[in-house]
Amino acid sequence: MQTKTVLNADEVKKAITRISHEIYERHHDLKRLALIGIRTGGAILAKRFQAQIETMTGQKIPLGLLDITLYRDDLSEVGPQPDIGKTEIDFDVSGKTIILIDDVLYTGRTIRSALDAIIDFGRPTCIQLAVFVDRGHREFPIKPDFVGKNIPTAPEEQVVVKLQETDKIDEVVVMTQKDVTS
Amino acid sequence: MSGWTRKDLVGIVDLSAAEIGTVLDTAKSLQEISTRSIKKVPTLRGRTIANLFFEPSTRTRISFELAEKRLSADILNITGSTSSTAKGELLKDTIRNIESLKVDMVVIRHSCTGAPHRLAEALNVSVVNAGDGINEHPTQALLDMFTIREKKGRLKGLKVLFVGDILHSRVARSNIWGLTKMGASVVLCGPKTLLPPRIEELGVTVTTNLREAVKDADVINLLRIQKERQDQSFFPSIREYAIAYQINSEILKKAKPDVLIMHPGPVNRGIELSSEVADGPYSVILDQVTNGLAIRMAVLYLLSGAKSIESKKE
Repeated sequence: MQTKTVLNADEVKKAITRISHEIYERHHDLKRLALIGIRTGGAILAKRFQAQIETMTGQKIPLGLLDITLYRDDLSEVGPQPDIGKTEIDFDVSGKTIILIDDVLYTGRTIRSALDAIIDFGRPTCIQLAVFVDRGHREFPIKPDFVGKNIPTAPEEQVVVKLQETDKIDEVVVMTQKDVTS
Repeated sequence: MSGWTRKDLVGIVDLSAAEIGTVLDTAKSLQEISTRSIKKVPTLRGRTIANLFFEPSTRTRISFELAEKRLSADILNITGSTSSTAKGELLKDTIRNIESLKVDMVVIRHSCTGAPHRLAEALNVSVVNAGDGINEHPTQALLDMFTIREKKGRLKGLKVLFVGDILHSRVARSNIWGLTKMGASVVLCGPKTLLPPRIEELGVTVTTNLREAVKDADVINLLRIQKERQDQSFFPSIREYAIAYQINSEILKKAKPDVLIMHPGPVNRGIELSSEVADGPYSVILDQVTNGLAIRMAVLYLLSGAKSIESKKE
């Protein structure tokens, strides 16, 4: 297993600050804005964005946490059913601009599930997508609106966003399993 | 991964503490769906579930049915009186026919102890026991444990008292298996004629003295006096039973101030439970109904993964 750090702690922090600024720049009407983070990585990032936007503007925008397990398109293929996390969306999504947040954008299937889930809660005015890492290899026509870093990868590589809250460190690493390609 | 690999839920007796924990945790996450404006998730889309109720049931049947609908499954409802069993068809043949229709899961209630077990062995599809004879009612015990854990924050170390007709109660049996596995202690109380002989061997305490038993109970779970099973007389009269074993506000004065009153329903008001207690602040009877939905969704969700586990083994 080879591990390469592509973003260090300082760069992670800068990317979070930059994305928060971009979100604010494009959505000055904070009253209509809400964040929804996809569990687990996206949920932690969403909390960071929320805190950052509050520091910048003094306003706390609503934050929802979403578990997409029940909406997955591969449930019958994965063997023992995956654990289900709690979905907590305590505000009305109707009429809101939702920034959907995930850590790594890959095939786009997670985002497809998340869009279905959000629409079950109401009818947002618009949904935009913020991801920390876009690693390519899309299988669905999905494109992010805010990106922390584009990292071109091979399918056999693994991109991991490590965050202080769960991994005791902020960094993004790309892991390569040596024997996978052979 | 949930670690759940069972095809069927036949009885709590088979489950480990970890498996019970998995069902309770899954139910906790699924609770929120019933608070949404669109109370439905697509998880079991395209799966067909047959509900076979060969014995009267209202709340268990509608709870299963609603749980199935919330998970987007397609449903076949077959009840004893409307099925060909009324024409003398054997249970196994009924099920074989249903299997030929490519049903994915069967929920069964039957007056015969062991009927779900036999089916689970005979069929490739998942079988859920919704109550068999006087044996087990696993989803009821799971929702009872869930309700206690929600209200008390734990199961371990709690004292749970069951009062009433223990002999005919599949609810009590499933709860005894579950609660003792989860580290709670169980006390059974009722007239001697309604206490099964040698039940202490399951690791429970037995008493006929209700006034003593309520004192240190954290939970009092009442069992319905099953009038339909009273063709033999187990006690002199309903009135006499109520005098000795009814939970009312007078008896509750001896109980802990934060005691929970539970009942699997339907309640015989004025027999095992007085109305003022059934509707009173200690009662969590309606929470049990709400939680039952989440528990049944959790069971269906976990079992629905079993098919792919089986095919992976091959």
